[in-house]
Amino acid sequence: MPDVQPLVREFVLKLKRRKVEGSHAVARQTAELLRSVVSQHRMGSTNQAAALADAIRGVGEQLIAANPIELAVGNIVRRVLHIIKEEDISSTAVGIEGLSVTAESDDEYDSENDDHPTLSAAVLAAHARNALRAPSLQTLLEDIPVSTALSRSASSAGDSDGKSGDKSSKSRKLKHDVIAAIGDLIDEIDTCYDQISEQAVEHIHQNEVILTLGRSRTVKEFLYAAKEKKRSFRVFVAEGAPRYQGHVLAKELVEKGVQTTVITDSAVFAMISRVNMVIVGAHAIMANGGVIAPVGMNMVALAAQRHAVPFVVVAGSHKLCPLYPHNPEVLLNELKSPSDLLDFGEFSNCMNFSTQDGTPLLNVVNPTFDYVPPKLVSLFITDTGGHSPSYMYRLIAEYYSADDLVVKRRSTSTSS
Amino acid sequence: MDLRRPPRSSSGGVEPKIRQVGFVTPDVSSEPPAPAVPAAAAAAAQPAASSAGSPPASDLSPGSLSPVMIPPPRHADHLAPGSPSPAASASELGDDESWSRAPSAAELEANKGDLAEIRNDNVSASIPQKQKTSKAERRAIQEAQRAAKAAAKETGLSGKSAGTVSGANPAMSKQAKSSKASQKKDVPQAASTAASEKKVTERPPERDRKKDAPHPRMQFDDVHRVEKAKKRAIVNQSEARNRVELFRHLPQYVHGTQLPGLESKFFQLEPMHPSVYKVGLQYLSGEVSGGNGRCIAMLLAFKEAIKDYSTPPKKNLSRDLTAKISSYVSFLIECRPLSISMGNAIRFLKNRIAKLPLTLSESEAKSSLQSDIDRFINEKIVVADKVIVSHAITKVRDNDVLLTYGSSSVVEMILDHAHELGRKFRVIVVDSRPKLEGQGLLRRLVEKGINCTYTHINAISYIMHEVTRVFLGASSILSNGTVYSRVGTASVAMVAHAFGIPVLVCCEAYKFHERVQLDSICANELGDPDIILKVPGKADLGHLKNMADNENLQLLNLTYDATPSDYVSMIITDYGMLPPTSVPVIVREYRKEQLWI
Repeated sequence: MPDVQPLVREFVLKLKRRKVEGSHAVARQTAELLRSVVSQHRMGSTNQAAALADAIRGVGEQLIAANPIELAVGNIVRRVLHIIKEEDISSTAVGIEGLSVTAESDDEYDSENDDHPTLSAAVLAAHARNALRAPSLQTLLEDIPVSTALSRSASSAGDSDGKSGDKSSKSRKLKHDVIAAIGDLIDEIDTCYDQISEQAVEHIHQNEVILTLGRSRTVKEFLYAAKEKKRSFRVFVAEGAPRYQGHVLAKELVEKGVQTTVITDSAVFAMISRVNMVIVGAHAIMANGGVIAPVGMNMVALAAQRHAVPFVVVAGSHKLCPLYPHNPEVLLNELKSPSDLLDFGEFSNCMNFSTQDGTPLLNVVNPTFDYVPPKLVSLFITDTGGHSPSYMYRLIAEYYSADDLVVKRRSTSTSS
Repeated sequence: MDLRRPPRSSSGGVEPKIRQVGFVTPDVSSEPPAPAVPAAAAAAAQPAASSAGSPPASDLSPGSLSPVMIPPPRHADHLAPGSPSPAASASELGDDESWSRAPSAAELEANKGDLAEIRNDNVSASIPQKQKTSKAERRAIQEAQRAAKAAAKETGLSGKSAGTVSGANPAMSKQAKSSKASQKKDVPQAASTAASEKKVTERPPERDRKKDAPHPRMQFDDVHRVEKAKKRAIVNQSEARNRVELFRHLPQYVHGTQLPGLESKFFQLEPMHPSVYKVGLQYLSGEVSGGNGRCIAMLLAFKEAIKDYSTPPKKNLSRDLTAKISSYVSFLIECRPLSISMGNAIRFLKNRIAKLPLTLSESEAKSSLQSDIDRFINEKIVVADKVIVSHAITKVRDNDVLLTYGSSSVVEMILDHAHELGRKFRVIVVDSRPKLEGQGLLRRLVEKGINCTYTHINAISYIMHEVTRVFLGASSILSNGTVYSRVGTASVAMVAHAFGIPVLVCCEAYKFHERVQLDSICANELGDPDIILKVPGKADLGHLKNMADNENLQLLNLTYDATPSDYVSMIITDYGMLPPTSVPVIVREYRKEQLWI
């Protein structure tokens, strides 16, 4: 795919240099890039879906490695892989059913048709339904042989139909479907704010006091929507050191006429006793319902638990990540420059001190993210509605397939 | 998940000694019940009592800990007639012109509504919100001294019993009430007043026990009172715009506007002593901060003022001096609201002034007061800190990772001492806006060679995995065990508690207070709101600069917060290591008149 490589390289560089940050922007650009990859991909004659998936995996591997902390990249890659699988299965099921209907009319394909009666139409239809649903115990045992048989039969059907030229239309159809589905995905990413904001009215009533930390665009839209509907509420915005994005959010809210109070992060515990609800955004939602959020969020969640204040996380579905967080404070975190906390000029004389073995006496820690365990979260509001943390794994199973957790190229030989 | 914390050895660096904890009723009772004595003898008895009651610093060898000695409960004393003498009760009058309490107008109304004078006195009593000595208070002191003289005469009548409680407030209020009564009526009242003072040793009746509660503070949402206070103010304060509704009961003024005005008036402010003025300016500018620092600065300024003081003709020294001190205090309040440590120190000073024996000459009285101030600073702050350090050092083991928040003088001393002793540990300094006090502490620690990590308060969840102990300082500890300290302490304690890490609060006992507080909103100090807007070092964050006048935007700069007692594992004071539930015991048993030095 020579045409697409420069695009991929450019995006990888942007990710590495942190030029593009923030789940929304990253997710959108990843999806667009993968769409171009799919459209540029030359479809082979056999095993098209697998080959396409493999190509995506190759690109995805590079993207994920560029910024492993930016989980949205991995999410979109896995979504696309799932889309490919879905589209392939649905088109194959339709194709096979169509084949088994037309087979009787043509005597030339008797030999191939002998394979087909082993898979009756009912079984095929049932399997198609199961494949589109999340894996369950039933399908686990049947899955492997049937799917390989299907793919073989699909490819063989493709072969046998090659003379009629259906193969090219079939491959075009798959590509077309996948590109259309990725387009839907991009739309979904863009419109997640609207769908989440629609639910604002259900949660914010009159004379509410809301606390938030830092700035999240989802939270902003959420509060705007409540304000549109003339609900009365006040907002305490905690600054969110060291980025101080809370100031930006406060400015935006004040311009809309929302009563806003800016507080320092240290005052969160003091003020939370007078707060009705904590609404925050997230960087990523993990498979166990845990949240990777901007630093300081765990402190807010603990304070909210102490004062029995509901802790609500609003996030679009592109932030749902199928990974389980192992030691997230360390592995899913990024330490930024100490200059945010200490002015190098002021503290330059302290940098000279060191122990005998030369290690510096002064260390500065500036993490970017914080992990909030699922037991501290009261509610997730996504574009599919409100859910409790224990339900998130089902949503994730809907969007992703289990064998895509590790994005790695499988075939050694590159097809096309 | 692997623990980043190093595994704890069972013994750590220091073998835990078997030590007695809890309440140990001493066989040698700390204050022998003194018979009813005239004021002078009582004053002599008190130092003896207090020296036994204050922490036995002498027998403090490293490694052995003295148990917390709690004296037997007070009602054992009522068999001994008049043990805390009438003079002591008279001295309590001085106690109650405390710096931030509304006078007893409210409780007078509640308790003795039938007295006609009350209504008149209410008006006059409501004025001294700003701690200028009102007529009522001056009258109260006058009556106290008259009563003291009368009591000295009537030593023999010690058998009378009725139920005046020995607590400070009830005696004061009863005296004040009876003093007001005797203003209109005559000397016969004085006799009954004197008789009622004998009852201080009796078990308090129910209604007087209610007066044990501390006075409510001035509430700034009462417009009437605020106006009155403003009229008497030395410093013109303009109220800040963008006041937060939730905090209307607290004063919020525009900062920075007073400083130039006050500086220009330096040589014109006759009633103010220059050293007090200087301390006030230092508070305003933030040069002197921290509970101990402010308290010591204030006391030294008062010492200077007392040195230069001379009694005007025809005036009583203690009454006039108390009035002067009150005026200084109100000036300091206008510069910056008093901290609880300062309040307790002022209460002590007024107590001492009121208890001055009348036989002393002016110079003797002044030198006695100055030595009292020195003794207070020495015993209650300097030596207390040493005792705290010696207790706390047992809690620092090798390979410890200690976390501290902000900049506490006591915690810094502990870390310095541990480093001098050669313990291997490292320190994590957590800091927060807007004061960024941790940076100063960080600098001082690194210069001493202590291995430090610096982070901001949002990152405490990240860093708490490595921590073995948390040491915190406090501005005060309240009677329900709540730790009143720099804003953000509560969050640090909460996260430490969630991770199962012990939280040790180090606080001198003179900072304890009998007030109770449930959250950080009832009582707090509001700082300059404009500091929130300006983020140092980030010029591009001027988002909110132009919006400061928008009525929808409010800025809140809290100075203190209240940490619930269940987050605190242990409080280290000069009286030993206590659980948070023991604080009211210390306040009650060690703060009563005979033990306030």
